[in-house]
Amino acid sequence: MPSLKEVHTKIQGVKKTAQITKAMNMVASAKLRGAQEKMEAFRPYTAKFNEAMSNLSGGANTTNFPLMEVREIHTVELVVVTSDRGLCGSFNSNIVRMVEKKIAAYEAEGKTVSLVCVGKKGFQPLRKTGKVRKQFLDIMGSFQMFNAREIATDVANNFLAGNADKVEIVYGEFKSVAIQQPVLKHFLPVQPVVEEEAPEKKISGEYIYEPSTEEIMDVLQPLYLNVMVYAAMLEVGASEHAARMTAMDNATNACKEIVDNLTIVYNKARQAAITAELMDIVGGAEALK
Amino acid sequence: MAQQIRLEVVTPTGAVVDDDVDIVNAPGYGGDFGVLANHAPFLSTVKIGLLTFEKGSSRESLMISGGFCEVSNNKITFLVESAEYGKQIDVDRAMKAKERAEKRLAQISQSTDSINRARAEAALQRALARIKASKAM
Repeated sequence: MPSLKEVHTKIQGVKKTAQITKAMNMVASAKLRGAQEKMEAFRPYTAKFNEAMSNLSGGANTTNFPLMEVREIHTVELVVVTSDRGLCGSFNSNIVRMVEKKIAAYEAEGKTVSLVCVGKKGFQPLRKTGKVRKQFLDIMGSFQMFNAREIATDVANNFLAGNADKVEIVYGEFKSVAIQQPVLKHFLPVQPVVEEEAPEKKISGEYIYEPSTEEIMDVLQPLYLNVMVYAAMLEVGASEHAARMTAMDNATNACKEIVDNLTIVYNKARQAAITAELMDIVGGAEALK
Repeated sequence: MAQQIRLEVVTPTGAVVDDDVDIVNAPGYGGDFGVLANHAPFLSTVKIGLLTFEKGSSRESLMISGGFCEVSNNKITFLVESAEYGKQIDVDRAMKAKERAEKRLAQISQSTDSINRARAEAALQRALARIKASKAM
């Protein structure tokens, strides 16, 4: 049986930990709100963007753009978007695991894989594979459109240089506060956007384009990639905080449980001490008779 | 009342303008253009510059950075990277940015560093557009 003092110290320690995890939970929930708002604010932009893209691909000849060139696939690049900070449950490790599986699958097909890591927690475990071509670290805290542009431009240039025949992007999708899932999406070559609904407003042929559709496409395609990277980063931002919230909530509950158990141990130990003392006293009194 | 056209200016951080207006003037790829109600479907890239619109007797101006705009169904939508109302612009800061960009351009002009030059030029244009937008008030 541990001594009273030992148990007491341990209880105090666990309580302190619970305080920290509780605070982290609250910080995460506050930050989640911000991240979610940022995501909501971006939604109309993507919606409009896709609308314009589909209008354009309807009217334009989309075969001879370098960013849309479909090549035989020898090399694949994966853009891995994770958070910069840990302590958010299995959120990042799920993404990393998915990437590792994907690498194994591609290599089994005899393809070469390279990686671009956005976020420290993807870079750290994946560094040892030796496949990381480039990494963007410490930007997930407060990123803006130009961060996304930097990444998208780098990846696009690598594609144009012929170093990658296909690019996919892996990130943690924000399904809800409770569910975040790693997803893999096609990135390059750019595929024509096909809009399912609203066939009645097919007026794309009558559009006046300035400059030509081809030149507009040249501007829009890189922008489209920026939008995709930015959207992925927003999703990861929100998912990270949501995952941390859940993880910290679990941690706080676990702490409470440990404190409860330790309190029982403490009370038992105290009771045992009291009983022992009583025995002593009774024994002493008995001896004096 | 004259017919109006719906103007939407959308940036990655949210919608900046969403209003019915009389006329919109914007810096298009091939020069400035104006759009009135019931314009034909139109799609153009826009440059860094000044977007103005009039509604009744009031006139507003915004600084926008590059993107594109679409006109359809009596609605004009600008998708730009950033948009700021002229009245919200910090002129001193824009002036300083202009000087900085000019200085940098002067330094770069000798070398052949095209990326940095493009960057500095874009910064200069943004600063100029900001100053113009704030003066147009």
